[in-house]
Amino acid sequence: MIEQIDAPMATFFSSCVHCGLCADACLFYTETQDPKYTPIHKLAPMRRVWQQEFTFWGKLLSKLGLSKPVTDAELAEWEPLVYDSCTLCGRCSMVCPVGNDIAYMVRKMREGMVASGHAPDGLKEATRRSIELGSPMGVTINTLKAHIKHTEQETGLPVPLDQEGADYLLVLSSAEIANFSEIIPAVTRIFHQARVSWTMASDGFEATNSGIQIGSSDLAAELVNRIVKAAERLKVKYVISPECGHAYTALRWEGPNLIGRRYPFEVVHIIELLDQLRSAGRLRTEGMDDTRMTFHDPCQMVRRGGVIDQPRNLLNMVAPNFVEMPDAGIQNWCCGGGGGVSANPRADELRLKVFSRKKSQLDAIKVSTVVTSCSNCRSMLEEGLEHNHMDLNVIGLTELIAEHLAPAEK
Amino acid sequence: MDTQQLMDFVRGPGLQFAAAVFVLGMVYRMLHLILLGRKKNLAEPRGGEWGPGLRTIWHRSIQSVGLTPRGHFIIIVGYVFHFGFLITLLFLSQHIDLLRTLLRFGWPALPPGLITIAAILTIGAMIALLVHRFTDPVKRLISDYQDYLTWTLTFLPLLTGIMLKQGIGLGYQQMLIVHITTVELLLIAIPFTKLAHMLTTLSARWYNGAIAGYKGVKV
Amino acid sequence: MDHETLGDRLAQQGISRRAFLKFCTAMASLMALPPGTATAIAEALIKAKRPSVIWLSFQECTGCTESLTRSYSPTLESLIFDMISLDYHHTLQAASGTAAEAARETAMKENYGKYLVVVDGSIPIGNPGYGAHGGVSFVDHLQQTVKGAAAIIAVGTCAAFGGIPNAKPNPTGAVSVSDLIKDKPIINISGCPPIPAVITGVLAHYLTFGELPELDDLGRPKSFYGETIHDRCYRRPFYDQGKFAKSFDDEGARNGWCLFELGCKGPTTHNACATTKWNGGTSFPIESGHGCLGCSEPHFWDAGSFYTPLSAPTVNIATIAAGAAVAGAGIAVALGVADRAKKRRAQQAHEKMTVKDL
Repeated sequence: MIEQIDAPMATFFSSCVHCGLCADACLFYTETQDPKYTPIHKLAPMRRVWQQEFTFWGKLLSKLGLSKPVTDAELAEWEPLVYDSCTLCGRCSMVCPVGNDIAYMVRKMREGMVASGHAPDGLKEATRRSIELGSPMGVTINTLKAHIKHTEQETGLPVPLDQEGADYLLVLSSAEIANFSEIIPAVTRIFHQARVSWTMASDGFEATNSGIQIGSSDLAAELVNRIVKAAERLKVKYVISPECGHAYTALRWEGPNLIGRRYPFEVVHIIELLDQLRSAGRLRTEGMDDTRMTFHDPCQMVRRGGVIDQPRNLLNMVAPNFVEMPDAGIQNWCCGGGGGVSANPRADELRLKVFSRKKSQLDAIKVSTVVTSCSNCRSMLEEGLEHNHMDLNVIGLTELIAEHLAPAEK
Repeated sequence: MDTQQLMDFVRGPGLQFAAAVFVLGMVYRMLHLILLGRKKNLAEPRGGEWGPGLRTIWHRSIQSVGLTPRGHFIIIVGYVFHFGFLITLLFLSQHIDLLRTLLRFGWPALPPGLITIAAILTIGAMIALLVHRFTDPVKRLISDYQDYLTWTLTFLPLLTGIMLKQGIGLGYQQMLIVHITTVELLLIAIPFTKLAHMLTTLSARWYNGAIAGYKGVKV
Repeated sequence: MDHETLGDRLAQQGISRRAFLKFCTAMASLMALPPGTATAIAEALIKAKRPSVIWLSFQECTGCTESLTRSYSPTLESLIFDMISLDYHHTLQAASGTAAEAARETAMKENYGKYLVVVDGSIPIGNPGYGAHGGVSFVDHLQQTVKGAAAIIAVGTCAAFGGIPNAKPNPTGAVSVSDLIKDKPIINISGCPPIPAVITGVLAHYLTFGELPELDDLGRPKSFYGETIHDRCYRRPFYDQGKFAKSFDDEGARNGWCLFELGCKGPTTHNACATTKWNGGTSFPIESGHGCLGCSEPHFWDAGSFYTPLSAPTVNIATIAAGAAVAGAGIAVALGVADRAKKRRAQQAHEKMTVKDL
């Protein structure tokens, strides 16, 4: 943990005045009213490390043997707080009056936790599978190839694989390949219409980064490197980050820092790209879906990623009855499953309980469809809606656009 | 030591010591935090750092992300405390006399009656916040001895100031000595406690805004 | 020395009974005694045998004597000299040299245990060369003279607290009477100089009741020193309204506003100036436009500038603060280097995590 203390961390610890406002921003507190889920409380052991190692009085008291060192048992006690009740959604970071980026702090605390062996078993397994098998869900290149074949048959369009010199390399999340494979024909048709030069890579198709979720920069770096190497091998100009929240954080924002060098390519979120195509006139739709629908903002894409207006621009092309839910945009509430929580069966009960927040947002606007751009959010929404006996459709944004594609120009 | 000598001490060497500890402590704290540094960010920025960082410094004071009644209470009463404290500190004539000797310039004072009102509101806010800290489950869990110590050290100058001004309690001279002493204790404690947030909030908010601004998010 | 009663003396001087009663009433009210006491004072004083008073002057400027004796017309204050038998006083006595000392010794012998000693001026305990009467150091002179005294009245801040000679660096080692004499009742009538009526009032009290009046913790009579100038100042409403003169002769000053910002020490000074005033009730410093110097308080000369307000520091803070800032920066850099090294060591000790560690 000592490694992780940088200027922001130390400043944040110095500034916290114990006001407790972060609790009201965190859905794990608001939906349970259990004070132990207060975001800054999740950092208590690390705060003591900072105090004892980096402050004047802390160091003095430490040397005199008057301070309580952080014990392994304590870290074990904190593990469920750090992993089950935090999705790194970052809402707390927006509300803290002294400016603490608490999600940043939890991310760094996880480095120390996982290094000392403290992480949920489910997440450890997912990470192991990622490293050893190539995907947290165990999806292999064969599964992908099967989907590719199916797509080519269904659309009559080619799906480039390992095409050197293409402009864009598309990577996917396992969740999409396994559960929402309609993404593949969707992008195939869109890219065909918009005349995008693209490919996928057989040695670098998995975007999900369990290393980020569990908090191990070393493991996260290994996973990102696979994509980087594939991108370099195929000499692409851009890598497309798919509809997956933490994949975007991993690839776009943490990636170069994990591997220690700048990319020779640019990273663009699929929704960013679609919006670019829209504003260049290359993406054309026809027809409307006048269902009353809303957009769930994936935390890592919107608040922590910066892709905020683009989904709205796209929805306005096809959805005249699009309404924003309360707190939409960068203030939106987490689906409850990000940051590794969905890979952690121990957290299921808590996760479903706190879905009541999303439920109340949806109840307020009475829509029949929720659109989103993250396959994990999508699964979480489906599960949560079912758990609450709510009869709403959940659909991916790329899919929705693809459904309304105007025919390609000859 | 008689009363007069005690008064000379708190207006003289005592104040020098407290001011020295305060200035040294705050400069050390701010600089030390910044010097810990950050790893250079190798990702391609979508936005700048300085602009968004500065923006968050002021914007965080006016933004409130969908607050609960509890959150509204904390923020409103918190503002009453901070503004009341600053008004009392900066706009009472006698305080301006003090600051003028340090800064070499002064400014107009507010009528003493208004200051009394401000001080009383501040004291009321502090008491409300203390009660909240004792009764709210979140605050009870995350509060430690430092919260109560800093509350006391902040409360005493306000209380003794009102007593001095309104002629309650000890005579003027003794009350003045007590008041100045409580201020000196507070000054000494600030750099070593969470009260350092009076300066570190600036850099914390800057980091927050910069990290988000890098990604193109305005917080 | 004569020991006529006061009544005899007054009759000789042609002081009417009416004038005398007026004096007693004034004294009673000055000391906040009940109105009926005026009669008691009158009856006591008429019959009073004039006690012997030995006035010792040490490191003084004679201002206290001047205050008491300066008058444009015979005032009530001067009557006090008719109530006592002033047997020794450097400025006022006719005799000098050995004759004067002989007078003092005779008064002491004849009134042993009953005479009053009045002291003005501070006493140097350093080199006796700083102060001696006819070869006898002030310290010795004081200690010899008070041996048979009933009480000692320290008149003026010098005698009461050390006063101006006592101010830093105090080259003569000046001390107050109470610093030297521990076994006699002492009453401090501080002020630089004290208000004449205060001296008179204390003596009248002693003559009437045979004991010193109630004293505060600095040995001053509470009836005159029980309140601060601030609490009785006629400009107090301006203080309460926040109307302050910012400089001498500015508009606020000409409007008679409070002089706090010009350094007035009224709030911390105990004396009767605001009510009894000076020169027969003509005025007092604040009324004349200058802040109170705090001259009836100990160490008033060392309490910072007379023009620094009470809420401001008496010493230079800015330089210390600047030095502290530099020191703080230096320590931050030094500790910052150490802490970054600690971090670097932790990073170097970082064992790269592999999947086996999960």
